[in-house]
Amino acid sequence: MVSLIAKRAGLGLLTLWLVSVLVFAGTEILPGDVAGAILGQSATPESLAALRSELGLDVPALQRYFDWLGGILTGDMGRSMASGQPVSDLLWPRFRNTMALAAYAGVIAVPLAVGLGILAAAKRGTIFDRAANIAALAFVSLPEYFLGLLLVLWLSVKTGWLPSLADTYEGMGLTAWFTATTLPMLVLVMVTMAQILRMTRTTVLGVMDQPYIETAFLKGLKNGRVVMRHAAPNAAAPIVNVVSFNIAYLITGVVLVEAVFNYNGLGRFMVDAVSKRDLPMVQAAAMIFGAAYVILNMIADIAAIALNPRLRHPRGKEA
Amino acid sequence: MSRLSNIPLTGWIGMALIAANAILFLFGPMLAPFGQEEIVGMPFDMPQPGHPLGFDQNGRDMLSRLLYGAQMSIGISLAAVCLSFAVGVPLGILAAIRGGWLDLVLSRVVDTVMSIPVLISALVVLQALGSSLPVLIVTIALLDSTRVFRLARLVAQGINVMEYAEVARLRGEGLGWMIRREILPNALPPLVAEFGMRFCFTFLFVAGLSYLGLGVQPPFADWGGMVRDNQQGILYGLYAPLFPAAAIALVTIGVNLTVDWLLAGHTTVQGDNR
Amino acid sequence: MSDILRIRDLRVATAEGVELLHGVSLDLEKGEILGLIGESGAGKSTIGLASMGYGRGGCRITGGTIELAGKDLASASRPEREAVRGARIAYVAQSAAAAFNPAHRLERQIIEGPLRHGLMTAPEARAWMIELFTALGLPEPETFGRRYPHQVSGGQLQRAMVAMAMSCKPDILVLDEPTTALDVTTQIEVLLLLRETIRKYGTSALYITHDLAVIAQVADRLMVLRHGAEVETGTTEQILSAPREEYTQRLVSERQASLNAEAGAHHRTGEEILRVDHVSAAYGRTPVLHDVDLSVKRGETVAIVGESGSGKSTLARLVSGLLAPSAGQVRFDGEALPESYRKRSPDLLRRIQLIYQLPDVALNPRQTVGETIGRPLETFRGLKGRAQRNEVARLLEMIGLPVEMAARLPGALSGGQKQRVCIARALAAEPDLMICDEVTSALDPLVAEDILRLLRKLQDELGMTYLFITHDLSVVRRLADRTVVMQKGRIVEEADTATLFEAPRDPYTRRLLDSVPQLDRGWLDKVLAARAS
Repeated sequence: MVSLIAKRAGLGLLTLWLVSVLVFAGTEILPGDVAGAILGQSATPESLAALRSELGLDVPALQRYFDWLGGILTGDMGRSMASGQPVSDLLWPRFRNTMALAAYAGVIAVPLAVGLGILAAAKRGTIFDRAANIAALAFVSLPEYFLGLLLVLWLSVKTGWLPSLADTYEGMGLTAWFTATTLPMLVLVMVTMAQILRMTRTTVLGVMDQPYIETAFLKGLKNGRVVMRHAAPNAAAPIVNVVSFNIAYLITGVVLVEAVFNYNGLGRFMVDAVSKRDLPMVQAAAMIFGAAYVILNMIADIAAIALNPRLRHPRGKEA
Repeated sequence: MSRLSNIPLTGWIGMALIAANAILFLFGPMLAPFGQEEIVGMPFDMPQPGHPLGFDQNGRDMLSRLLYGAQMSIGISLAAVCLSFAVGVPLGILAAIRGGWLDLVLSRVVDTVMSIPVLISALVVLQALGSSLPVLIVTIALLDSTRVFRLARLVAQGINVMEYAEVARLRGEGLGWMIRREILPNALPPLVAEFGMRFCFTFLFVAGLSYLGLGVQPPFADWGGMVRDNQQGILYGLYAPLFPAAAIALVTIGVNLTVDWLLAGHTTVQGDNR
Repeated sequence: MSDILRIRDLRVATAEGVELLHGVSLDLEKGEILGLIGESGAGKSTIGLASMGYGRGGCRITGGTIELAGKDLASASRPEREAVRGARIAYVAQSAAAAFNPAHRLERQIIEGPLRHGLMTAPEARAWMIELFTALGLPEPETFGRRYPHQVSGGQLQRAMVAMAMSCKPDILVLDEPTTALDVTTQIEVLLLLRETIRKYGTSALYITHDLAVIAQVADRLMVLRHGAEVETGTTEQILSAPREEYTQRLVSERQASLNAEAGAHHRTGEEILRVDHVSAAYGRTPVLHDVDLSVKRGETVAIVGESGSGKSTLARLVSGLLAPSAGQVRFDGEALPESYRKRSPDLLRRIQLIYQLPDVALNPRQTVGETIGRPLETFRGLKGRAQRNEVARLLEMIGLPVEMAARLPGALSGGQKQRVCIARALAAEPDLMICDEVTSALDPLVAEDILRLLRKLQDELGMTYLFITHDLSVVRRLADRTVVMQKGRIVEEADTATLFEAPRDPYTRRLLDSVPQLDRGWLDKVLAARAS
C-alpha cells in the first residue's frame, strides 16, 4: 500500500509539472506576438522591439519556459504588464481570500452533502429521497449567478439581513468577515452540495446492490445498521473520489461567485487579468488554481487508497 | 422507457422544456416583437402591456432580447458539444481498440488537460487568443472532448473485451467494421446520455463565460451576457437580470430531468419488502 | 408431525407485477432436509428467500402464508420479520465471496448476528464460532476469524458462510446452491462437512440446487419445481427411483445418462490436424502453462478437463491466437501457426473456430441472428444477398432453429437458442477445428443435453473435429474419444476416454473422478468409508 501511495504522489508531481507545461504552452499559442497585440495600432518597430525585450520575448520559448518555471519555484512570478507590480504581491493575498471562501463553503457543504446523500440512499424511494433528488437536480441545473442574484434580492435588497457585496479588507474582524462572505458561501454550498449529494447517493446505492448487503439484511439487521456498518465502509473510498471530483466545481464556482459578489479573490483577479490580457498574471493565477486542484485530488486519491480494505490488509501467503 | 404511460412527470417536464427551447432556438428571432437593438422604452422600466418582461438597462424590450439570445446561447453550446463528440468519440474508441502507445499518449494528454479545471484552461486560452465565436466554440469543444474521450474509451473498452468483439477480431474484421458495427451500436445509450449532460455543462459554461464578460462579445447578445449587463438592477430590487438567468436555468433543468429519467430507467427500485 | 416451517399457497411477484411463484405449499419437519430442485427460473431461490420473509430486488409476497414456529411471516411487520431472520432461519448463498463484506473481518461478521439479536454475549458468540469453525474443518479455528474475506480460499469461505448462518443456532438453514461455485474436489469436502454439521446440531434445511446427484446425498425429501410451481414432491428414494411426472423422469434420466453413459466415443480419425508442441505460456510474469504437449487428429474429439486454474482455457486462447506462447510452438495441419491471430491468413482464421461458455456475451446484442450468421459467410466464403440468405436458412435448419429466427435480436432468444446461434456462426466458416470452451456450463441440464446432442450430430454429419474444454466430467464421458487431464498448468494424464474412466493412472485423475457426485444416495457415505480405510 505504501508503494501505491508513493506512486500516486509521484504521479501527482509529474502532473504538476505537465500542468506548468500546459499553462505555459496555452499562453504561447497566440499567432503573431504579445507585443503586437498589446501595442495594437500604435506600434512602431522601435516600440515593438523595446516591449519585446522588456517582456523577454526575444529569447527562445524553451528558455523563457525554464526561466518562468524557475521563477515560480523560487516565488518570483514576474511583474504585471498592466501595473508593473510584482505578480506575487498581488496574487497571494487574493489566493488566501479565495481559499478562505472555498474552505468556508467546503466545511459546510461536504459533510452535509455526504450525510444527506447517504440518508437519501438509505431511504431509497421515499418522499425524502425523491425530494432530495429533485432539489439536488434543480440546484445542479441553476447557474451560480442566478442563485446569487436571488439570494441578493431576498436576503439583502428586500430584507437587508446581509450585505449584497462581499467587501473584505485586511484586518477586518472575524464576525464582519463571516457576515460579508455568508451569501457567496451559501451559493457555493448549494451548487457543490447538490453535486456531491447526487453522486454520493448513486455510489451508496451501487454498494447497496451488492450481495453482502443482502446477507446483512438476511441476518435480520435493521436498515440503519446495514447502511452505516455494511454499506458505508465500502462506499467511503468512492465517496472520497466523489468529493475530490467536485473540488473542480467548487473552483469553477468560486470564479463565478466572486464575480457576482465582487469578492476580492483569485478568481476575479484572474478574470480581470484575462480581460486586460496581462500574461504573467494569468500564467501565475492559472498555475496556482491548477496546482491547488492537482494537490487536492492527489490527497483524495491517497485517502481512497488508504481506505480500501483489500489494500490495507493484503492477501498474504495463506490465500 | 418502453411505454408512454411509464414516463414519470419529471420526464414529461424535461421533454416539454427541451421542446420549448428547441422552438425558441429555431424560431426565436421570428417570434420577437421588437428588434434586439431597438430602444423602445426607459432603462429598467417595469413590465407593461406589450412588454411582459419589461426593459433592460438600455431600454430595450427584454422579451425580444431573450428570444434573440436563445439562438446564440443554445447554438454555441450545441456546436461545441457536437464538435467535442466528433473529436472525442472516434479517438476514444480508437484508443480502446488499438491500445498500446496510441492509447498511452492520448490518455496521458487527456489526463493532464483534465487535471486543470476547465474554466481555468479556457481562461488561459482566451487570454492568449481573445474571445471570438470560433475561438470560443473550438476551445470549449477541445477542452470538453477530453471528458467525451474518457467516457467513449471506457465504454468501448468494456465492449471490446466482450466475446462477440473477440469473435469479430478472430474473423479478421477491420477497424471500420469494429467501430461501426460492433462498438458504436452498443456504446450509443451511454453516449446519448452523456451528450445531454455535456450539453448542460457546456451551456452553463458558455453562459458563465459571457457573464464574466469573456464569452460572447457585443454586438451579439446571449443570455449570460444579459445577466451581466442587467446585474446592477438587482440592487434596486428589479427582476431584470433574473429573466435571462431563469431562461438559462430552464434549459439545463429540462435536459437534466430528461437525462435523469433516461438513466433511471436502467436501475431497479427496491421495495420495502426486506 | 412437528412442522417447523409450513408454507401454504405462496405467491411472489416482481416489482413490475410479474408472478414468479404461483401458489407453492411445503412443510419442513424438525431436523429434516428438504431439497428444492429445478432449472433456472423455477423459483427455487425465490421460495428460499420468501421463507425468510424477504424478496430480492423489489419482489414481494402477494399471497399465501409462511408459518415459521407458529407465526405467519407473510403478514408480519418488518420488525417481526427482522427478529426472525438470522435468528430462527438463516441463509447460505451460492457465492460466499460476494456474500461476505470485504471491509470487515470474518469474526466481526459472524458474531454480529447473535449479538444484534441479543442471543449471546460476545465471548459466548466467539466460543460458538470457534466450535463451528472446528466442526467445519477450518484451519486454526482460534484465529481463523481474524482474517478478511479476501484472505481465504473459496472453499474455506463457503464453510465460513455456513458458520455465519449457524451463528444464532437457527432452526432452519436456507442453503442456496452452496457448493455450485466450487470445483468438484472442493465441493465434496464442503458437502461432507455441511451434512455433518447440519446433522450434528439437528438443524432443518431447505437445500436449493439444480444438481440431482448433489441433492441425493443430503436431502430426505425432494420437491421438484418448474416455472414457479410444484411438479412433484416425494422422498429422495422415490423421486430418484420412481418419478411420477414426465418432467421429473426426464431430469432423472438425463442425469443418469450423463453419469452412466458408455464412456468414450470412437470416431474414425484421419491425420493429425493440431499439434501443441511443448508449449509454455504466462500471463505477465505468472506462468500458467508448463510444457504442454498435445495432438488432435482430424475427425476426433479431444477433451481437456481440469478445475479452475488448471490452464485449460489458456490453451484454447493459445490455439486461437489470442495469447502467444512463451516457449514451444503450435502446429496446424502440419504447418507452424503464427502466434497472433493478427498474423494469420483469413483462411487460417476460418479453419479454427471458437465457441464460448456464455452465449449472452458471445452474441452482439445489436445484430440480428441473420446478420450474426451472415457475416462469416460473407467474409470467409464471399456469400452475399440471396445466396447468403439461403445459406443462413440452411444453417438455422441444421442447428434446429426456425428460419424466422434470422430476423430476431439475441435478446429475444433463450440461452439454449443463443448457444445454437453461436454454433451456427462457427459452422458458417466451415472450420476444420472447433474449440468448445465450457459450452454447456452456463446452461440448464436438459438444455445442455440438447446442445451436446447437436454437437454430436454435427460431428457425425460433417466429420467435425472438436477440442473440448470443460470441467464437467459427464460431458467428457459422453463426447470425447480422448481425454487430457490438466492440473496447475500441466498435463497429468492423457488416455482414451474409456481407459481413463475405467483405469485412471494418475492420483489426481482418480481424485477428480471420485469427486463426481453419483445419483446413488449412499455415494457420499461410500466415499467417506473409502477414505477412512
